[in-house]
Amino acid sequence: MRQEAFESRHAPTWTTFEEWIDALSKPRFPQRSNTESLETISKNFPAMYRQICHHLALARTRRYSIGLQQRLNQLALDGHQHLYRTRTPFFRSIGHFLARDFPAAFRQQWRFMLTSTLLFYLPALIMALAVVFQPEIIFSLLDPGSVSTMEEMYDPANDVPGRERGSDSDFQMFGYYIYNNISVGFRTFAGGLLFGLGSLFFLIFNGLYFGAVSAHLSIAGFTETFWSFVSGHSSFELTAITIFGGVGLMIGYGALAPGRMTRWQSIRSRATSGLPLIYGGTLMLVAAAFVEAFWSSTAWPPASFKYTVGAFLWVVHGLYFFLLGRNEP
Amino acid sequence: MLLDTAYNIGTPEGVELRLPVAGLAPRSLAWLLDALIKFLSLAVISIILEILGDLGTGIYLLLVFVLLWFYNVLFEVFNHGTTPGKHALGLRVMNTNGTPVGWSGSLIRNLIRFIDVLPGCYAFGCAAVLLSRQFQRLGDLAAGTIVVYAPKQTARGKHGDASPVPLKAHLSLDEQQAIVSFGERASLLNTERAEELAAILEPVLEGVDRQKLIGHANWLIGERKAP
Repeated sequence: MRQEAFESRHAPTWTTFEEWIDALSKPRFPQRSNTESLETISKNFPAMYRQICHHLALARTRRYSIGLQQRLNQLALDGHQHLYRTRTPFFRSIGHFLARDFPAAFRQQWRFMLTSTLLFYLPALIMALAVVFQPEIIFSLLDPGSVSTMEEMYDPANDVPGRERGSDSDFQMFGYYIYNNISVGFRTFAGGLLFGLGSLFFLIFNGLYFGAVSAHLSIAGFTETFWSFVSGHSSFELTAITIFGGVGLMIGYGALAPGRMTRWQSIRSRATSGLPLIYGGTLMLVAAAFVEAFWSSTAWPPASFKYTVGAFLWVVHGLYFFLLGRNEP
Repeated sequence: MLLDTAYNIGTPEGVELRLPVAGLAPRSLAWLLDALIKFLSLAVISIILEILGDLGTGIYLLLVFVLLWFYNVLFEVFNHGTTPGKHALGLRVMNTNGTPVGWSGSLIRNLIRFIDVLPGCYAFGCAAVLLSRQFQRLGDLAAGTIVVYAPKQTARGKHGDASPVPLKAHLSLDEQQAIVSFGERASLLNTERAEELAAILEPVLEGVDRQKLIGHANWLIGERKAP
């Protein structure tokens, strides 16, 4: 068939298809007024798309002009994008996610979660013991300047424990915690791509740091200001960091031991299955920042009350990850 | 063609869709534009937030966080795979199977960006783009995404005022391309040289001259005689 004949016979189809593509992609949320036409579009779209693909194949084998081939390639590509797109909802619903998907994903990856938990708390414990018996060891990790800043922050002489600030700057600290802590979490995850080494580094380093600082402040006599400040948000923050580290170890393990997949396939599938944990960990860090900025810094509750709240939140975390989302088929 | 950056997507319908993947230079430029936009907007916003004192600093830090990690994600998910910088250079992110990039793909590729930046100046990312077959950085490889040139919506302009002349012979794609590029470059050649070049085709296309060959070129890019 000559190209002109081919074009004049099928041009109406192509124009209609172009209009449909426009209708499907232009308004983000289709207006109610043209729902009927959208219905006819979606009913006839697949058949029309297959026809376009057929035309493209014909145009190529018959060596019709480049212009026509490009136009058909474009039409087929647009059609492909609309027909095969998967609209993965961000959360199916946040309640559903928190009640089922997140704790279920946590338990499904329990080996990595356990590994990263040990990789964080064992160095913390060792470092804490080291500082108790040999207080100078803290200077192998922190320079004297930051140690004294740390001491000033939790000095009982300050009226607001945690950071030096007036009562109106809680929101400023909230912004800072979000920016700093979630960035640390994301880096701990992303570092896993380097065969797990990055996550390993961040977990162990943060463990050592946490152990050193808490032991140092405890023996320096700032026990109450320090522990009553951190107890509230500790469960959210520390668990979230170990979750991010665990997902990092997951993709690192995928790179090291891909099994029957290629390395990148293995990394891709593990990163995708780790996504619920990333979402959940991010939410936990937002919660941690909120608690840290607006609860941990408050001065009125007695320390014993803050310890109780902190311990209660740890128990809630344990129960949450252990119990929820089990009745899923 | 031997040196072609086209990426072929096999569809269930049995045809291959062709897309040109974007290399290091346009992607770096797009990144630079986005970085400028982020920097300038933060600068402007910081001046406004200055009035609010500590509250303003808090909001500012939240904005820095969102811009740092989610600028690309939000634009890629809601703006058909393009950030403003990518849009300016005609680039677009999509999944390797040709479908639009979604939350999971975009989030993974932009979180792994932290590794691409290492050990400085995007060294890992650049190395990965140069070494991988589809010019993917590490984030793209981990997320299963590619950056392609968004297909141009407007057809290429007509060459000169020659009216389109249908081609009777069935030429291969390369041969057609040669004629189209002749049409594109005809205005840059002097008339004698153009006539000389056109005359080479005399054995294939009878009675061809410069004007007629430009006409063929116009016909090949889809121009038709006004009815």
